[in-house]
Amino acid sequence: MATPRPRIRLDRNEISAGETIEVKTLVSHIMESGQRRDGDGNVIPRKIINTFKCEFEGEPVFSCDIEPAVSANPYFQFNVAPPRSGTLTFTWIDDDGTEITATEDVVVN
Amino acid sequence: MPTRRDFLQMAAATAAILPTAHWSRAFAQQSLTQDELLAMDPVGRLSIVHVTDIHAQLVPIHFREPSTNLGVAEVKGLVPHVTGRALLDMYAIAPGSPMAHALTYDDFAALARAYGRMGGLDRVATVVDAIRAERGEGNTLLLDGGDTWQNSWTSLQTRGEDMVACMALLRPDAMVGHWEFTLGEERVNELVSRLGFPFLGGNIRDTDWDEPVFDAMTMVERAGVKVAVIGQAFPYTPIANPRWMMPSWSFGIREAEVAASVEDARAQGADVVVLLSHNGFDVDRKLASRVPGIDVVLTAHTHDALPEPVMVGKTLVIASGSHGKFVSRLDLDVSGGEVKGFGYRLIPVFSDVIAPDPAMAARIAEVRAPYEATLSEVLGRTEGLLYRRGNFNGTFDDVICEAMLTRRDAEIALSPGFRWGASVLPGAEITMEDVTNATAMTYPETYRTTMTGARLKEVLEDVADNLFNPDPYYQQGGDMVRVGGIAYAIDVSAPMGSRISDLTLMRTGEALEAEREYVVSGWASVNEGTQGPPIWDLVAAHIREAGTVAPRETETVRVTGA
Amino acid sequence: MNLVLNRRQALLAGVGAVAAASGMAGASAPALAAAEDAAATILEFTGGAEPTMGRVTLDVPEIAENGNTVPMDVWVDSPMTADDYVAEVLVVADGNPRPGVATFHFSPLSGRAQANTRIRLAGTQNVIAVAKMSDGSVFMDKKEVKVTIGGCGG
Repeated sequence: MATPRPRIRLDRNEISAGETIEVKTLVSHIMESGQRRDGDGNVIPRKIINTFKCEFEGEPVFSCDIEPAVSANPYFQFNVAPPRSGTLTFTWIDDDGTEITATEDVVVN
Repeated sequence: MPTRRDFLQMAAATAAILPTAHWSRAFAQQSLTQDELLAMDPVGRLSIVHVTDIHAQLVPIHFREPSTNLGVAEVKGLVPHVTGRALLDMYAIAPGSPMAHALTYDDFAALARAYGRMGGLDRVATVVDAIRAERGEGNTLLLDGGDTWQNSWTSLQTRGEDMVACMALLRPDAMVGHWEFTLGEERVNELVSRLGFPFLGGNIRDTDWDEPVFDAMTMVERAGVKVAVIGQAFPYTPIANPRWMMPSWSFGIREAEVAASVEDARAQGADVVVLLSHNGFDVDRKLASRVPGIDVVLTAHTHDALPEPVMVGKTLVIASGSHGKFVSRLDLDVSGGEVKGFGYRLIPVFSDVIAPDPAMAARIAEVRAPYEATLSEVLGRTEGLLYRRGNFNGTFDDVICEAMLTRRDAEIALSPGFRWGASVLPGAEITMEDVTNATAMTYPETYRTTMTGARLKEVLEDVADNLFNPDPYYQQGGDMVRVGGIAYAIDVSAPMGSRISDLTLMRTGEALEAEREYVVSGWASVNEGTQGPPIWDLVAAHIREAGTVAPRETETVRVTGA
Repeated sequence: MNLVLNRRQALLAGVGAVAAASGMAGASAPALAAAEDAAATILEFTGGAEPTMGRVTLDVPEIAENGNTVPMDVWVDSPMTADDYVAEVLVVADGNPRPGVATFHFSPLSGRAQANTRIRLAGTQNVIAVAKMSDGSVFMDKKEVKVTIGGCGG
């Protein structure tokens, strides 16, 4: 299976000190709940993104512990108030241990 | 016996006399005048003109208002949940008067013969032009509350093109939508791109990024004041109508976003804030009570026509009816960024009294010309009045259900509780136009399936909760699904899941069995890929074969808790 | 332990009352069991403390367009400074087979304690958001989302 390509939108990349950036993220993922059965009545094994996190230069900004009740193609919107220019790192962790990562640079004037 | 002089005097006071055997159409027409229908004492400099829920009716129609329009919980007994004589008494309107005919169902057929049809976009154009002429172009705002582009044969065949072409002559300042969206996202975008005025919808977001799809607001300067118009689409479009037709748009009431738009409008210096809404009356009444700073709500969707604004705190809620029957004129006296006074008139568009605007009449004739042969086909005749509006069953839906039962060999028929659909008078011929005025839409397939008795009850409970949930924000604003072949009882005040009882199969008189499968036919399914002939073909075939239909007021729904 | 049980019982009673008042699945045994699970999940999150209504604003649609993807937004009123911020927000759905939905972790770098995601709801039910502040206090909001068959709007 190809690694899903995450999509990220910041409402702006450049801010003044003290301002907040709105972040939106989307990643393609089936989010199989582990509660469904196939045609033969067997439970379809759970396979979800169980953790999403965003860090700024190694410091935690926002993270989420995810249950199967989060919809397929998980979407998260949250905020970041970066104290200086730097890089935001986004990580999605699959039940099978796969990690998907992406980065965005922000400039603080 | 009233004299003509008496009539004129009373008509001028929006009151008149009971119809008598001597009442003639000519008499009514001579007695009512365009000037009288339009007359009002002006207030301030600004006029807001509102039309809504025209449902693509370009030519005059008869439209019987509901006899049953129940309100529950906090709105029980409040307008618009007051019908017939009680409504007339509430507003001191004389029974039998033109306004009584326009607003109520009482003695509908006789008064319809006396006063003639209502609406017609060419008559609406005359009214709008007259207001603009009286008040001044630069002081008048025209707002279209939506449900404009669909539900006639020509609007279906042209995918809304006919309505867009005709409405362009009216030059609206903004519109909002609901049935428009059943043309599909691509077509809506295409039509919106060449409207020349804003198509507003602050409560529509894309399903990927949760970004606005349409503008929430337009700011218009009129009569020297800044008027902010905030637009609200029907919040439950992807639930009440097929979501697959608008898969990347998400709706909802989004009260917090309406409040944010109001704040935004005030921050931008708006003197007057208008909410052009397709929420439905009870939703708008609740919204107005919770979101501060809205001066006027122009409501829509639930097709209510009220002769006076309803005040919710300092907010005026205006209900302008449907099918082109009315044009609302609201005059506002605005100074110092505040509304100081208002005047209002719900103008009834009597088509035999108000002269058609020639340019609009010509355009209507042009857009209808290719379809005239189809529209004018006489299918049969009706012995009784055919109408739809009302919370439970209507005679037009009885005919539609009968057509499904017989032509799809079903035990039970279901017809959606739409509030649009013109009426046909007793003794009149039924044309293809009459049938399509009650059925024309983009998902008309008449399905045939089986459902258990338990599933049927579940469907009825679900729809009943859309109508009778005590919290207006959970109401979707249609009427109850119409049934054929079964009878049931409903307690409108009971909670979800326990309103419906005594489901009976009429053919046998026996109670519906929860586990048994019944053959059910219905139309307007929201599910993608539904198979079956379009409902209008089925109904047309049924009427052609029957020759004459004899609808009766059916007693299949027993209502309690009202 | 006794205290915790009492609080738990109080919370269970509260959730049950809401389910009944909502007029939907209130009376059915599975729904009550789900509501109890949700209450237990909340108590586990708060360490037994009963959350107070307030400071948390949960924004969900009154009626879901699609039970498979229901937008939900949660915002907590907090200065989000180094010594006064929202540590975590738990979201549960009290009518799902398993009540847990997500737990959001904020930090002073979040700027605002606000998050938005899309969730699965197996029928009409309450969505509950519980915020744990940096001082350990807990607040909540609760909204009912109706999941309907649809199709009869006029």
